[in-house]
This record gives sequence, structure tokens and C-alpha cells, in this order.
Amino acid sequence: MAAVFQGLGAATAFSVSNSLDSRKFLVSSRKSLSARKASFPVVRSDGSVVPRSNARVRRAEQLITNAVATKPDSSAASTTSKPGHELLLFEALREGLEEEMDRDPHVCVMGEDVGHYGGSYKVTKGLADKYGDLRVLDTPIAENSFTGMGIGAAMTGLRPIIEGMNMGFLLLAFNQISNNCGMLHYTSGGQFKIPVVIRGPGGVGRQLGAEHSQRLESYFQSIPGIQMVACSTPYNAKGLMKAAIRSENPVILFEHVLLYNLKERIPDEEYICSLEEAEMVRPGEHVTILTYSRMRYHVMQAAKTLVNKGYDPEVIDIRSLKPFDLYTIGNSVKKTHRVLIVEECMRTGGIGASLTAAITENFHDYLDAPIVCLSSQDVPTPYAGTLEEWTVVQPAQIVTAVEKLCQ
Amino acid sequence: MSFATTKFAHHIPLSTTAARSNDHKPFLDPFKATPFLGSTHKFRFHPLTNSNHTNNHRRSAVVAVSDVLKAKKPKSTSNLLITKEEGLELYEDMVLGRAFEDMCAQMYYRGKMFGFVHLYNGQEAVSTGFIKLLKKEDCVASTYRDHVHALSKGVPARAVMSELFGKTTGCCRGQGGSMHMFSSEHNVLGGFAFIGEGIPVATGAAFSSKYRREVLKEADCDHVTVAFFGDGTCNNGQFFECLNMAALWKLPIVFVVENNLWAIGMSHLRATSDPEIWKKGPAFGMPGVHIDGMDVLKVREVAKEAIGRARRGEGPTLVECETYRFRGHSLADPDELRDPAEKAHYATRDPITALKKYLIENNLVSEPELKAIEKKIDEVVEEAVEFADESPHPGRSQLLENVFADPKGFGIGPDGRYRCEDPKFTEGTAHV
Repeated sequence: MAAVFQGLGAATAFSVSNSLDSRKFLVSSRKSLSARKASFPVVRSDGSVVPRSNARVRRAEQLITNAVATKPDSSAASTTSKPGHELLLFEALREGLEEEMDRDPHVCVMGEDVGHYGGSYKVTKGLADKYGDLRVLDTPIAENSFTGMGIGAAMTGLRPIIEGMNMGFLLLAFNQISNNCGMLHYTSGGQFKIPVVIRGPGGVGRQLGAEHSQRLESYFQSIPGIQMVACSTPYNAKGLMKAAIRSENPVILFEHVLLYNLKERIPDEEYICSLEEAEMVRPGEHVTILTYSRMRYHVMQAAKTLVNKGYDPEVIDIRSLKPFDLYTIGNSVKKTHRVLIVEECMRTGGIGASLTAAITENFHDYLDAPIVCLSSQDVPTPYAGTLEEWTVVQPAQIVTAVEKLCQ
Repeated sequence: MSFATTKFAHHIPLSTTAARSNDHKPFLDPFKATPFLGSTHKFRFHPLTNSNHTNNHRRSAVVAVSDVLKAKKPKSTSNLLITKEEGLELYEDMVLGRAFEDMCAQMYYRGKMFGFVHLYNGQEAVSTGFIKLLKKEDCVASTYRDHVHALSKGVPARAVMSELFGKTTGCCRGQGGSMHMFSSEHNVLGGFAFIGEGIPVATGAAFSSKYRREVLKEADCDHVTVAFFGDGTCNNGQFFECLNMAALWKLPIVFVVENNLWAIGMSHLRATSDPEIWKKGPAFGMPGVHIDGMDVLKVREVAKEAIGRARRGEGPTLVECETYRFRGHSLADPDELRDPAEKAHYATRDPITALKKYLIENNLVSEPELKAIEKKIDEVVEEAVEFADESPHPGRSQLLENVFADPKGFGIGPDGRYRCEDPKFTEGTAHV
């Protein structure tokens, strides 16, 4: 289990900047390597959208004003005057974790370097000091066994959060995640529950190489009995973390290495998010863009351009990768009749492929055009910056795809 | 193959009597020549502290059935290893295990049960020797050869049989099958069909016990977990990883190797660089013990010590029980590979016959008492078959139950309601 610390270096750079200039991100990502490293702006999905009044009633109450999602372009100064508190995404995860550990002594954390080291991305920083080494357990580097241990602990009454130091390492625990986490509740005839949360940093980072740039959601999605969610903002990171811990089902929570240092103001009062619901990021009329995790920000970059070009895209962060929120997705399809899926997942057997199938099955009659799915290339994520950039979907591709789709 | 069997045959000094050596030897002595496979007289319990006293005490505390018989000691009750009640309990449990498995074979060939069915015949002394010392709160994790572990732990024979028949009255509602026996009531954690995957789960249960005692301050939580697995598993990473973690955190767990010498068709000697599995205990900082797994009294004696250690918070123990399966790997295995002489040899060491002999020769029980137990068990097993046969097959409505503990996991449908609220989910006709 090798280096996963690049994100940490980036973290410092990230948090310093409070820039909201999404264009800068877009531009910077195309700059030379050195330029990219020098400026690591905070990525925000600031889509310059004012919340609309025609948001569906049912969802309205769940759509607690999300700073990232619905806040109009604003400076840092204006956000500071709002209630709530501002923190980075990894701090939001930590806050959710800490609140749940305070609430329920059965909640515990286990994984590599989660304790004294504070987690490779500092999500568990300081928790070992507060709760002790047994509740925040540093494990040996033995993914299959400590994951199985978490499952055994869950079967006997605890609620462990199992951290994969890098999501890719969980391939070594695939057997435990599939056979025991996913199936044991069923094979035991419902006698044993597995209320575990499996979480960790994944996705394509900055030149981390193929093994550290995996998107395991495509591998895990066909395991029965498991729910999968992907967080994308500090607000939903905290809310989903808390919901996942409280769920009686095993939940895999995907975090993205490049999103840990997103900054957002979140409510002071307690809240949780629904594990099953998608998040309306930007209501629109012309086309439905379904996305999740980091690609949400590429989509919002593109949305800005599209709006300038006269398009009105509806952007939905599906959040629940399994099962899909067919209500939110379906209502959007019925409204726009056009669907673009943007994912970082692999093209073959990815989330986008499943989503395409689900939409075709359920809402085929409402579609005016074939669904377009932009996924990563089916190649091992290359190390070289240029190649890596061409592997994942870029905002310009999204703009082009929408233009074609809306012709 | 001939190599393996020949070598094996050389190591069967079963009729020879070797007085157990009481002189202490350091537990790490790689050059020490030890008679190993096939030996009935070897018992090593190597404490981590080099204490002669403890060692001698432990050694003298354990006497094998065979040793007692060979020594032709005068039959005085003071020397006996068990009471009459204990003897009857052990006998009943072993007979139940044997009779149950024999019935499974019959039912399998009659087409009443399907799939891979692995029978425990021959290994009963291990299950009985350990599990009969456990409390209800203690946990057991097994393998795919799990029927008898479940029975020993108290799961009713009818519930296990019904599970094998795939009926709703089975201990897992017919959803688990032969290799997935579970009982939350009796703390049977499975039933694991892949090699080694039950060991981490058992380690997790032991972690829970420690957590409850130390974090949740449940001072009376002294629950122990016993993990059973075979010689084949001992070359798998999860075995080593969990020995490490269990010793590291002093978890209340006992690792019990049922070394029946064969991993399907792979001889233990052909698969393992150092076939003495018990030696891996000290390598991880826990005691390793090698015992005759065909001798329930020996197993019980060691089990008592190992379980006691775990209960007192002194950490894990690795116990290698040398045993033998009297049948093929599963009922689908023609069992053509193993040497008939080897099989015949172990047949003479039947653990049930040995216990019976001990009980009778020491005047602990009378023949009719044992006969009565056998009769009772026959009835129990017959009744289990009747019960299973008469029980209903699972209905369609059961299909989608238990996929998620919280059925909201099926998600939200196009109508905005949770899909599990759709009657098709309760009927089991929904497509998921």
C-alpha cells in the first residue's frame, strides 16, 4: 500500500485559496504541469444559478439550501456573513464522524493509519486522542482481514467505519465486501445485520498512477445487499457520512481525492442526508445532465459555458450510485427529454452504463434522443498529466455533447 | 502422490507408546525432530513464558484415552478425566453429529438436498471437545463443513436439516444452505464457503467482546470466539493476518485447526512447507498446541485451557487438532485419491468408539445407557428429517426479504415512493 499522500500536499494549497473562479480551474487544468501545481484553486460548482421556485415540492424540503449547489456567484466575504460554519470537505466528514461517535458508543473506526496518524487525508484527525485506540483502531496492512473483522464486529453489535486508505486497496478486501458484507444478511436468513460503512479516497487524482486512480463503484455495483453513495460537497459529505453510519445496511461511501479541500459553509444544526436521494444542483429545461462526485464540477464548468451559449441544462448529482433515485432522474427526463451522463467511471460496466439501462427501461417513451454517456476511457489511468487529462471527461467535451444532443 | 502417502505411512507410529517427555524445551526449536502426523502421543502446549512449572503442570493435566488404556491403570474414579454427566454429554453430541451426517448422505442420494454437502464424519471430537465447553454467548465461526459445529452449539437438528432441505423452517429460512449455517440465537456466525473468510469475521466477534469490555465498560463480558478451519486454510493469508491481529490486541479467540490431512485432493504434506501448523502460534506470539484430534478428552482438556486463557483476557491460542474425515471432501467427491490403507487406519481410531471404550472400561457408564443415547439420537434425526420434509418450501414472497436489513436499500422508484413499499416487493415479484 504505497503512497497516497499527494492529496495532502495539495490539501494545503487547496485550503489557502478561496477563489471561486471556476474558469480559473478550467484554464489551470489545461496549463502546463508546473502551472497546475502552482495554482490549485478551490473547486466550486458555482453554476451562477438562482434557486428556482418551481423545484418540486417533495424535494424542496430536502434541498436544504446548499451553499455549493445553489449559491449564486459570490465572494468569500459574502459567505462569511451567513450563519453556519465554513469548513473543508475532509473536515465535514470528520465532523459527521465525530458527531456520530459522540452519539453512539458502538460507532468505531478501523483502518490503516486512521488513529495516531489521523488518516491519510486527515478525516479521522484527532479522533484517536478523543476516543482511544480501540475505538479508532490502527490496523496492520491487511485489507481483507480487517474488513472481515469489521464485518464480524458489526455482526456482534458494533457499527464500524472501515477506511480504505485508498479505495483501490479495497480490491484486496473484495471477497469480504462481496461475500460477507453484501450477502451474509441474506444467507443468514436475516439473522445478522452488517451496519458497516466502508469509505475512503478514490477516483482519478493528480498523476497518482493507475492503481491509485481507481473507480471501484463499477466493481462494487453488482454486489447485492450493498448501498453506494458518493459525496461531492462538504454539506453532503457530512450528511451522507452520518446517514451511512446510521443505516442498518452496509454502505460504501465514495470520497474523491481531489475534493477533500472543497470549502463550504454548512449549517451549525444537525442534519443528515438521505442515502437514496439525488441532489438537484441546477434546475434547467433543455437537457438533463446526470453526474456524481468530482465530475459534478466539470459539469458545472461546462454549464457556465452552456448558459452563456443560451442553453439551460438541468444538472443532477445522482449521489446514490446504488440504488438510483429514479424519481428525481425520471422527473427530469420527463421535463427535458434529453439525457447526458457524465462520469469518471470506466465506460464498460460503469455506473453510466447501469444508469443508461435504468433510464431506457423506465423512461424510454420520454426520450427525444438517445442517451449520451461520457465516461473515462477504458484504459489504466496513465501517469503522464496530458494522458491522464485525456482519460477523464473534460468540460469542453460536455459542452460539445450538449450542443449535439440539443440540435 | 505416492510420495505423500508413503511419507505419511512412515509417520504412523500409532501403536507404539512413547512416554510423553516432561522435560521442558524452548518453544522455538526448528531443528527439534518431532514425530508429527499420525502421532497420538504428542501434546505440546508451549507457553510464551519459559516456565517449567507451568509447562509440566499442563502436560501432566492432559492424558489421552489411548495412554490411559495402554498404561492399564487401575480404574479409580479419582484419575478420571471427566464425570459421568460430562461423558454422556460428549457422547451424545458426537453421536448426534455422526448420525446427522450419515442421514445427510442418505437424504442427498435420495434427492432431498442439493449442492455441495461436506460431511464431518470422523472429526466429531474437535467440534464436541471445544464447543461443549462454550457458553451460549460465546461465538463460533465455521467453514463449509459446518453442520456439526451448529449442532454442537445448540442449533436444533430439525432447523439444520430443514435448512439443508431448503425449507423456510431452516435455520436460515432456506436462504443459506449447507455451507451457510447461521444462528444469532446460538451465536453461530457461519457457515463460510470460501477458505479462510470466516477467520476475520471470528476475529471481529472477538474484537467486539474486547470492545464491550473495555470501551462500553461491560465488565461481565468475557465472551470467547472459537474459529474452526482446516489445514488447507493455514496456507491462506487471512489465517496469518488474523493470527497477527488477534495476538497484537490479545483478543479472546481460539483458532482451531481441524487438520484432516487433505485439502480436497491436496495432501497437507504436499501443500505446506512446514506441516506443523501449531508452530505458527509461537511465531505470532501466542501458544501453539498440537493435539490428537481423534481423542475428545484430549481435545477437551486443551480446549479448556485455551478457552480459559481467552476468557481471562490472556489472548488467543492456536490449536492444531490432527484428525481425519471418514468420507470424501463432499458428497460429490468420489474419494478415489486417498490411500485405502490410510483410511482403514483412521477408521480404527474412530473418536466415538474411543470415547465409548473409555467410558465403559472406566465404569463411568453402562452399555445400555449408551444404547439409550444412540436410540434417542436416532429419533432426533428421524424427527428432523420428518420435520424438514413436511416443512413448506419458501414462497415467492420470501425472495426479496433479507436482501437489505433496511429495505429502503432498494431505493426510490419512478413514483417517488420507496420501492419496497410496492406490493410487488412483498410479493417477491418485483424486478430488482
